[in-house]
Amino acid sequence: MRILFSLAAVLALLLVAYVGVAAAGGSYFFLVVFPYLALAAFFIGIIYRILKWAGAPVPFHIPTTCGQQKSLGWIKPAKLEAPSTTWQVIGRMALEILLFRSLFRNTKAERVPGEKVVYGSCKWLWAAGLAFHWSFLIVFIRHLRLFLEPIPQAMIWLENLDGFFQVSVPGVLITDIILLSAITFLFLRRIFSRQIRYISLAADYFPLFLIFGIAATGVLMRHFFKVDLKAVKQFAIGLVSFSPLQPEGLGIIFYLHIFLVFVLIAYFPFSKLMHIGGIFLSPTRNLANNSRAVRHINLWNPKVKMHSYQEWEDEFHDLIIGAGLPLDKE
Amino acid sequence: MAEKLPKPSEMAQVEFKPQPQGWMDPKVQFHKGTFNYGFNPRSAEYLDLPNPRKWNPTAEDWHLPPNWKEIILDGLRDRLQRFRSLQVFMDICVRCGACADKCHYFIGSGDPKNMPVLRAELLRSVYRKDFTTAGKLMGKMAGARELTVDVLKEWFYYFHQCTECRRCSVFCPYGIDTAEITIIARELLNLVGLGIDWIVTPAANCFRTGNHLGIQPHGFKDSVEFAVDDLEEITGVRVEPSINRKGAEALFVMPSADYFGDPHYFGFLGYLALLHEVGLDYTFSAFASEGGNFGLFHSNEMMKRLNAKIYEEAKRLKVKWILGGECGHMWRVLHQYMDTMNGPADFLEVPRSPITGTVFDNARSTKMVHICEFTADLLYHNKLKIDPSRNDDFRVTFHDSCNTARAMGILEEPRYIINKVCNYFYEMPENTIREQTFCCGSGSGLGTDENLEMRLRGGLPRGSAVKFVREKHNVNTLACICAIDKATLPAVMDYWAPGVQVCGVHELVGNALIMRGEKARATNLRGEPLPGKEQTDE
Repeated sequence: MRILFSLAAVLALLLVAYVGVAAAGGSYFFLVVFPYLALAAFFIGIIYRILKWAGAPVPFHIPTTCGQQKSLGWIKPAKLEAPSTTWQVIGRMALEILLFRSLFRNTKAERVPGEKVVYGSCKWLWAAGLAFHWSFLIVFIRHLRLFLEPIPQAMIWLENLDGFFQVSVPGVLITDIILLSAITFLFLRRIFSRQIRYISLAADYFPLFLIFGIAATGVLMRHFFKVDLKAVKQFAIGLVSFSPLQPEGLGIIFYLHIFLVFVLIAYFPFSKLMHIGGIFLSPTRNLANNSRAVRHINLWNPKVKMHSYQEWEDEFHDLIIGAGLPLDKE
Repeated sequence: MAEKLPKPSEMAQVEFKPQPQGWMDPKVQFHKGTFNYGFNPRSAEYLDLPNPRKWNPTAEDWHLPPNWKEIILDGLRDRLQRFRSLQVFMDICVRCGACADKCHYFIGSGDPKNMPVLRAELLRSVYRKDFTTAGKLMGKMAGARELTVDVLKEWFYYFHQCTECRRCSVFCPYGIDTAEITIIARELLNLVGLGIDWIVTPAANCFRTGNHLGIQPHGFKDSVEFAVDDLEEITGVRVEPSINRKGAEALFVMPSADYFGDPHYFGFLGYLALLHEVGLDYTFSAFASEGGNFGLFHSNEMMKRLNAKIYEEAKRLKVKWILGGECGHMWRVLHQYMDTMNGPADFLEVPRSPITGTVFDNARSTKMVHICEFTADLLYHNKLKIDPSRNDDFRVTFHDSCNTARAMGILEEPRYIINKVCNYFYEMPENTIREQTFCCGSGSGLGTDENLEMRLRGGLPRGSAVKFVREKHNVNTLACICAIDKATLPAVMDYWAPGVQVCGVHELVGNALIMRGEKARATNLRGEPLPGKEQTDE
């Protein structure tokens, strides 16, 4: 149900773009109005989200320590797993963000005879997640060539590297294959693992279908339904220089592709995809394990009702004397 | 425990049990043995908690205040603005499922709502409904649920099936910490008077007498004297600890179970022997007679109220620094919360061991040192005479406590000590120790008899790992540095790994420590004959 709902939503979006362009001739909407609306939603949404998160204070110092603390000089601290300085925290965050350190720890619990449980290494999620995110990033960077004239040399190198296996003309790009395979794996994992299927929401399937749709239309456009690249570049540069054009020669497949892209952009700040921003603000990861060395301040440290020593002594006065313990005034 | 427990072979047959209608259906079966009783209203009144009343989790009517829903939603709104952790953790979960089989309760019960991700979704679904546009517009399709009495009951059940052990947060790619979510969910539950007795009554005791067990000053003194006598009988050395003495160099704070519980008590004998032997000028306090803090399991305000006495006593007694005994959640509070809540401790000095000269720079602001840091430093500088062969009957493995491992990172110190004072030490499998350690299954105030089945289920992963080293290395002793572990792991061991006893690290230290002027010891601190001395008593 949640799967079909999400799939139907993405198919409906494709239909909207198809009918909108082919039948209603709405190129102005798809090339000008919607992109700007989506970009506005993206930037306003992200700023709103980040401000909302950053606006909430961090009352307590709660890093999760995943290694040895810094204590006695002769005990080696785990600088990246239980960082005690800002630079070490940056190192921990870099490992987390660039290499998905925590996901790399993943294990799978399995029961064995004799009332025992064992934990096998299980790196599939880490591998697919890393492959997906990195290939998506490279695909994104590759697309910047459409916005830049002349194309920087580095970008050409990147594309040559990506097209290392020159199987066809234009060359098949490795990142396209990795992206589509990884996202397929992530989808299949979600539906074939009973546990994951049980917890999955429509909001988990929708971005998978959407990104699959974007990648698939992109690959189709590159290899099968070629579009006029000059026109694409005119559109792209026009868009970012705020003088939008509606060039001729953009095939219907291009409209399908960019409509999904801008849907993703508009959807981004309001979805779980904001995890990319959230990880930077996660207090279990971005704080140093130095709470006994440096006092952390709680901005709303509450006034609470205490029970003072004097009240305690007053209540137990006779018992304290009877036990031969000193009173405070002695 | 009135209900009969399933056999271990039956309980270990765990299957994933999803609800056919999906997880959004909030109906909960309050199955005996898997939940805790509601609080005694008198304890709640003593602490001025809202909505004190008698109520029973198995009853249909929980006698909620008429505006309970408004109270909860206002409380949630307020906490979203006060805790970045909550706001971020509500928003960024992608339900990748990496946390799912990391929870000891899920491994032991198969109940999908014990997957950390779903435990959080119980709260997240209500957050979506009332605090996000998508949830308001799309309802169930966006994963949003109306807050109903059934949802509240489900919260009560499942947020008291989380021990706040943080194992899931080690594996989460965004560091989402279910402990943080559970802490805040319990704060919300407590706003409408849904707290459990095993948390609220110890907290009330602690507020009044200074310790969870409600031991009054004379009782505290008796316990200490009793231990002094016992230690003299075993070692021939009479130690002379002081209580509430002003002007000592250090204040020693420990969990109350150390001087009242078994096997904690043998570790208490170990502290007494050690601190006497090195001549540390220290005092106990009958007021700060509890380092543990059940307030952590109730609300941040309660934690602050119970913790305040430690600095207050340190100041009143004019000590220079504070030394803390073996306890897990106590050290989470001391390490991560105390200075923030009740500091700054600017009336104390940076702790320095008078025996070795070591300055504990890592505690330069809080001014509180863990006994394992203190002892490891002594051993490293060869300040103790040790005969590890006195522990030769113990084939030891070490259980990292959740809080000291994942909210502090004290992993090597206890291992260093054990390796110095024992000849037979074996680690459990690597995915079950250090930062990946498994909870005892009874932490965060859930260690009651009425909750025994759930505790044993949660104890399965730990029990299984111990069983592994018992079979492989004949391990018979599980050492740990946590009072709740010492109180509850014996039952877990008897059930899953029979024949393995539980002890504190400082019990092992006390056994091996050669004290000046001691008699030829015939027994260990438990009064059991030392290895090779079995025949000598005539």
